[in-house]
Amino acid sequence: MSTQALLEPSDTAEVAAVKQRFSLKEWIFTTDHKRVAVLYMIGAFAAFFVAGLMAMLMRTELASLGPTVTADPSTYNTWLYFHGAAMILGYQIPALTGFFANYYVPLMIGAKDVAFPRVNALSVWLFWMGIILALLTFVIPDPPDIMWTGYPPYSILTGGNTAFYTFTVLLMGFSSIAGGVNFLTTIIYMRAPGVTWGKMNMFIWCTLAAFIIQIIFVPVLGSAVTMLTFDKYLGTSFFNPAAGGSPLIYENLFWFYSHPAVYVIFLPAIGLIYEIIATFARNRIFNYKKIVYYGVMGVVGLGGIVWAHHLYVAGIPNWMILIHVFMTLIISVPVGLLMIGLLGTLYKGSIHYATPMLYAAGFLFLFLIGGLTGIPNAMSSIYIHLTDTYWMPGHFHYVMAISMTTAIIGGTYYVFPKMTGRMYNETLGRIGFILFFVGVNITFMFTMIMGVKGMPRRYYDYQQFPEIEWMQQIATVGSYIIFLGALVVLISWLHGAFYGRKVGRNPWGSRSLEWTHAPSPPPPGNYGDGVKLPDDWNPYGYGK
Amino acid sequence: MNKLKSWSKIALSAATPLLAFPGLAMAEGAGAPDLRAGWDELWHELMIDIWVIGIIFALITLYLLIKYRRRRHDEEGSAPRLSKLASFGWVFVPAFLFMADDIFLAAKNFELWNKMREVPEGAYEIKVEGFMWGFDITHPGGATATNELRVPEGTPVKASLSSRDVVHSFFLPDYRVKWDMVPGMNTYLWFNSGAPGEHVMTCAEYCGTMHSGMYGKVIVMPKAEFDKWVKENAPAPEKHS
Ligand code: HEM
Ligand SMILES: [Cu+2]
Ligand SMILES: [Cu+2]
Repeated sequence: MSTQALLEPSDTAEVAAVKQRFSLKEWIFTTDHKRVAVLYMIGAFAAFFVAGLMAMLMRTELASLGPTVTADPSTYNTWLYFHGAAMILGYQIPALTGFFANYYVPLMIGAKDVAFPRVNALSVWLFWMGIILALLTFVIPDPPDIMWTGYPPYSILTGGNTAFYTFTVLLMGFSSIAGGVNFLTTIIYMRAPGVTWGKMNMFIWCTLAAFIIQIIFVPVLGSAVTMLTFDKYLGTSFFNPAAGGSPLIYENLFWFYSHPAVYVIFLPAIGLIYEIIATFARNRIFNYKKIVYYGVMGVVGLGGIVWAHHLYVAGIPNWMILIHVFMTLIISVPVGLLMIGLLGTLYKGSIHYATPMLYAAGFLFLFLIGGLTGIPNAMSSIYIHLTDTYWMPGHFHYVMAISMTTAIIGGTYYVFPKMTGRMYNETLGRIGFILFFVGVNITFMFTMIMGVKGMPRRYYDYQQFPEIEWMQQIATVGSYIIFLGALVVLISWLHGAFYGRKVGRNPWGSRSLEWTHAPSPPPPGNYGDGVKLPDDWNPYGYGK
Repeated sequence: MNKLKSWSKIALSAATPLLAFPGLAMAEGAGAPDLRAGWDELWHELMIDIWVIGIIFALITLYLLIKYRRRRHDEEGSAPRLSKLASFGWVFVPAFLFMADDIFLAAKNFELWNKMREVPEGAYEIKVEGFMWGFDITHPGGATATNELRVPEGTPVKASLSSRDVVHSFFLPDYRVKWDMVPGMNTYLWFNSGAPGEHVMTCAEYCGTMHSGMYGKVIVMPKAEFDKWVKENAPAPEKHS
């Protein structure tokens, strides 16, 4: 059966969209949440693309022993610094808490915009300043070479320009805090009558949780990098052991934020997967309330007390290790519940495999591998050998980089008809997914194995491990396949946005508000006079 | 139970070619535990745990994804509503299972951890100082070397770690041990030297431009040869005027 026949045959475009002249000024000064979302989207995908190019350069460099692309290790170190920092601070966090939060939150709760539209504009400006500052890495004479973790004393002693890193972090941080205040207020006060706490979309719950984490923890990272800046440029000694400071203070502060940061990425991402699966399986969320209370809120509750699993061999006291081993293992409980919720939502569903659903299915497997390979890391004794080897990038690319990218790409395909009023090409969408899925498994499976064999991470070269060269080469081939997949995805979006078939408001046949009540694309103000919902309305009210 | 065991054996043997280590012949040193063997054993147990859970979950996922495909365009899901008891059951039963596994793993972990952190008596003590980019080694008798850690065979060796400049990490992959070298702090690790041979010693914490070039080797020597080397390399006793 053709794809269209399995969806809504009656769904046709309503009104011809009013042609508007493009005005750059209107885009820059916009306060419309949907336009702000697009600005976030462009910035985030630009960061993804440039950081992805760095990944290709690194993988090519690693494909053979000795110099391959560059003979200068500090050039390689700058690529790696940019890759890590931009992928996390410039791509994943802004794509999820900027792009998707902006696009979906007001629409899903039936609001006409966010609570503070001008603060929203400020957020996206700060984000763009951060992106520009980060991109300057490639033109300034002494680019940062400190890795995204920026551990002192190296980050203080280096000739590289650490300030470009710390100010990028501060800009992104301010942007996030402003966004947090905005979205928490929006979710609490701007829900349309009928959108009660018990009927909020999973994505809304997850976004709420993510912003609670951001507001609590971002200031800690801000203080850490500020002290770092003072130490380097103003001669203070927070982290200088010779004057009574300690690098361990920084390491603790850094991970105190940066571990919870993975939940800031994880929660909205799994929220998107919930939306996709509910819509394409046309099924109510399995055990909704318990998943919210124990899964989503469980992650918030435990997420802040596991950071020291990054520091088992850093020289911290034994009692701290004892606590953090337990807490880290226990966090498998809420995360496991969230996974069970997804599987339960498939049960007795009616699953249609359009491209977004393919990505959601891919997520289930990639995140399973990522989660399971996290168990050894929680165990301090096993960790001693594995930490700072390729096992770690292997594991966290599965659990974060790649899993959350399936949510971001899948989520973008999902929202695509709503945003553009057009449909992407399904064949291109599928080809892109297959290339991506095959590529990531080749690359990161071998990355993990190299780690178990002892290859340390952040190595420009590996003369002491000549026997793993063949695995490096396979990983490199995998990364080219990923790159090809990413290009197909990009082409499918551009092609769809300009030439795609026009669609109506609800091509997926979803029950969620943004699909049932708003035209595609929604006008400024979204719902005109507001939405009125019947008592038995539910965003997941399928099968009645 | 037996069935589960044999299944996990199959899963493990499927995984072994990818995850097994090249065998190292190592002799037990002076009754001290062999950390490498301990690590490998726990690792293999973990691999069984992970492969079994992984395969069960993957099969369930595949089953659901295939079984509940949409067949007509107006078809909708028909998941049953959960009773109160069932909804709690679906939280607390998995939570209990996960926690049971977690506690079991934590117990196993600390058993090995304690071995890794408790230096056996009579260990050969050596100082290793990290710098950008190399390892300076000082023996008890005063002999020094750079990037060459000579140790006698079959002996537990304690390395006291420090750093001259930035954070490094002292990593001996073949011995499954590493520990950070932090400026202003004294840290340590120990390992059991095993049979004569050479092993990689390398830096595992990013320390700047030549991080990947910061490596050397551990040279395990027969006892007599080692004693001779130490004697020959000890600094000449200072002359008093
Ligand atoms: C899609 C293709 C990707 C490829 C081929 C790739 C490849 C790599 C490589 C080769 C490294 C260096 C490993 C090392 O030597 O330590 C690395 C590190 C890293 N990657 Fe990726 N990556 C990809 C995507 C991503 C994404 C989407 C993220 C998003 C979070 C990400 C985040 C990171 C981080 C945080 C690091 C560690 C940087 C550091 O050590 O400071 N990567 N990646
Ligand atoms: Cu963490
Ligand atoms: Cu080093």
